[in-house]
Amino acid sequence: MKNHVWRPLYVAICIVGIVLIARAILVPKDYGTHEQGYMYGTHRQGNVEEWKAVTVKYKTSEACKDCHGDKYADIKGGAHAVIGCENCHGALMEHPENPPKLSIDRSRSLCLRCHSKLPYSASGRGSIPGIDPEKHNTDSECVMCHSPHKPVIPGSENPKPEVKK
Amino acid sequence: MVHGELWTIKEFFTYPNEYIYWPITIVMYPFVTGLVAGAFVLSSLYHVFGVKQLKDIARFSLVFSFALLPVAMMPLLLHLSQPFRGIEVMLTPHFTSAIAAFGVVFSTYGMIVASELWFVYRKHFVLKSLELKEKTNRSGLDSIFYLLFSALTLGAYDISEHALEKDEKAVGKLAAIGIPVACFLHGYVGFIFGSVKSNALWTTPLMPVIFLCSAVVSGVALCIVTYVITVGLRKLLYIRKRTQHPDSPTDESVKDVDLSEIKITTKYLVMFLILAFTLEFIDLIFRVYTGIKSWDILQVVIFKRDFVKVFILQYGIGNILPFILLLLPGLTVKRALLASALVLYGVFMMRWNVVIGGQAFSSSFSGFMEYHMPILPVSLDALKEGLIGTIAVIVTPYVLFFGLNKIMPVFGQTDSH
Amino acid sequence: MMNRREFCKKAMVMAGGLALPLSAFELFDPKSLHAEKNDKSNTRWVFLVDTHKCVGCGFCVKSCKTENEVPYDANVTRTWVERYVITKDGNTYIDSPKGARDGFTTTKIDQQHEGMKDINNEDITKAFFVPKLCNQCDKPSCVQVCPVGATYRTADGVVLIDRKWCIGCGYCVQNCPYGARFFHPVYHVTDKCNFCYHRITKGMKTACVDACPFGARQIGNLKDQNDPVTKIIMTDRVNVLKEEYGNKPQAFYLGLSKEVK
Repeated sequence: MKNHVWRPLYVAICIVGIVLIARAILVPKDYGTHEQGYMYGTHRQGNVEEWKAVTVKYKTSEACKDCHGDKYADIKGGAHAVIGCENCHGALMEHPENPPKLSIDRSRSLCLRCHSKLPYSASGRGSIPGIDPEKHNTDSECVMCHSPHKPVIPGSENPKPEVKK
Repeated sequence: MVHGELWTIKEFFTYPNEYIYWPITIVMYPFVTGLVAGAFVLSSLYHVFGVKQLKDIARFSLVFSFALLPVAMMPLLLHLSQPFRGIEVMLTPHFTSAIAAFGVVFSTYGMIVASELWFVYRKHFVLKSLELKEKTNRSGLDSIFYLLFSALTLGAYDISEHALEKDEKAVGKLAAIGIPVACFLHGYVGFIFGSVKSNALWTTPLMPVIFLCSAVVSGVALCIVTYVITVGLRKLLYIRKRTQHPDSPTDESVKDVDLSEIKITTKYLVMFLILAFTLEFIDLIFRVYTGIKSWDILQVVIFKRDFVKVFILQYGIGNILPFILLLLPGLTVKRALLASALVLYGVFMMRWNVVIGGQAFSSSFSGFMEYHMPILPVSLDALKEGLIGTIAVIVTPYVLFFGLNKIMPVFGQTDSH
Repeated sequence: MMNRREFCKKAMVMAGGLALPLSAFELFDPKSLHAEKNDKSNTRWVFLVDTHKCVGCGFCVKSCKTENEVPYDANVTRTWVERYVITKDGNTYIDSPKGARDGFTTTKIDQQHEGMKDINNEDITKAFFVPKLCNQCDKPSCVQVCPVGATYRTADGVVLIDRKWCIGCGYCVQNCPYGARFFHPVYHVTDKCNFCYHRITKGMKTACVDACPFGARQIGNLKDQNDPVTKIIMTDRVNVLKEEYGNKPQAFYLGLSKEVK
């Protein structure tokens, strides 16, 4: 087409060409529509493996049992049996290689998560024994009087939480 | 601070992850694309519909529309938390998303405006190129301009009557194709908001149309404002030069603003203003009437918390007041200028009330979020999406226009188009 | 009137022009899409929350943050617990201080900028806790609106985010009706709960399910008829959040009260 009128169109086509070349170079080969179709499944396939490769930090209480059998038995025999070790001691990670010691959280705020009394009858929270954190021994840590591993001795005549003398 | 935390104040109950994630930059983006679309439509009124009296303002608004185009991208780049990956919208657009249309629409529109400008200024490029070729003692700057103008001719040096007629025909065709593309450039932004079913304020099929009408309104108003100010400044500088140096050459192109052109332009402004206002009014009436679940919290936002911003600033000062000013008899250039400036402000407030207003309430419908635009650049976020970023966006089109005017002069052209 | 040659020329141009947009329909052919969706995967992850059992201890939030490397002090979280306190005068007070990262240790309701609200215990008619997380929707509106395909749904029903591809526009965050998504303060891309994909694909449970001492959270495979979670979903009275949005969320709730937002 000899008409000069088409020249801007040629420029436009060149620009589109450059974008297509850039796409071929810059976009990873595994990008495309995979399972779940175009709307919900267009992505870079390699990303799925990247997510699967994330390190696992929490290993559950079963991983603690072999080396800390006594503590495990203590806690599993009482009212705190349902609480995982890692909830209070932090994630296992690669313990004992790394970290060599897990933290022991002795703060009031840890216990208050469940034992700050909230009188909600429609919720399980209402039936957990608790105290008013602003009134009950406000200057002490809970663990000074209460044992977190053996809070209640099951079957005992004394239903109150064990208080150390 | 997480992204959004710096400028969001949360009240009552909001989901923990809720912040105002789309701040001032996302208010600026539809505002600027609206100006782009509106300026183009104004220019097309001359090229397509042959409203001969709009010739000067048409040329001006075409060049200004082109200067605004890169500016439209600025708020987006400032907003993206991974701006260097922004090119992915061009490379891997996921077309079920309205935002993916950005790459295609933006490029298409850019190429149409660039092509139209080429046809309008081709003769000028050829003349300048030949003139600089003849020049014997070219300075460094002259050489650069020579290369630039030669390249811009795209090798088409024929400026006979026949060739220029072809140019004019091409301009007409491009302007005609360009109108729906310009409409799409801004309509899709309305779709971006209107299609968000999770946002009770944004979700309405009217959104693309509302945005479009107010876009045309803002584009026309901006052209009136900038045109009047630019022509006025030129005259001022010319008079001062003539007073200080009475021997300097006269310039016939310096004149007052043509009132008849302004009058016709404001007619179109009023028409679209009525349309935009009506659509927004209908939307509000329907919400009040149907009273669905989200209305409880929305009415607190619209009628209480944002009452001044919506009814006084946007509808009152930004719509009704300029409407009255433009309809009163005996329209002067000054009054048209004031009315246009108020309209621009009204359109900006509309964008603000939609974007920020839509994030002023929690998706839980049980709490509110207040937006405070960062003034001082206390962090990178505050710099990009705060006052500094906004000022940069406002200033840049004028800087670009100044530069473009050197290559594609807007004033004093005497050719056929 | 055009002659035959002109007609042929114009017809070819038209056919060529039409072929281009028509070819786009190939991408969107509903039948082939459906065939792809009838997935070969024998896993479809679903979540079950029992709001009766949740006590608001917040161990789930704490373990999630550590397991999924969301900075502990950042005010964003992949999962959270909401507290609902309904009073005799018909008001509903809701809070989630730090997403319940530290649990709920006071009867006062955290109203953020409006301060702490004292509630008299005698005024409470009902109060409960609601754990929330990404619902891994069947038709996720967040995935639909990603402009670059950085977020997607896997064959086994989990919605993931490609950290290397996300441009950070935030459209997905705006489109989630549940507030599950946020910007990760370290990677500066979006983030959300992904059912601890790195754990469930190894046969483990999610961190929050393991952490919950009361069994309020459970994860299961809907395609396994013998899965206890599947059995509950199929036989008990379960509900989902915000069904009206059409996202088809895959997190099911027992005891979802009408006040829950």
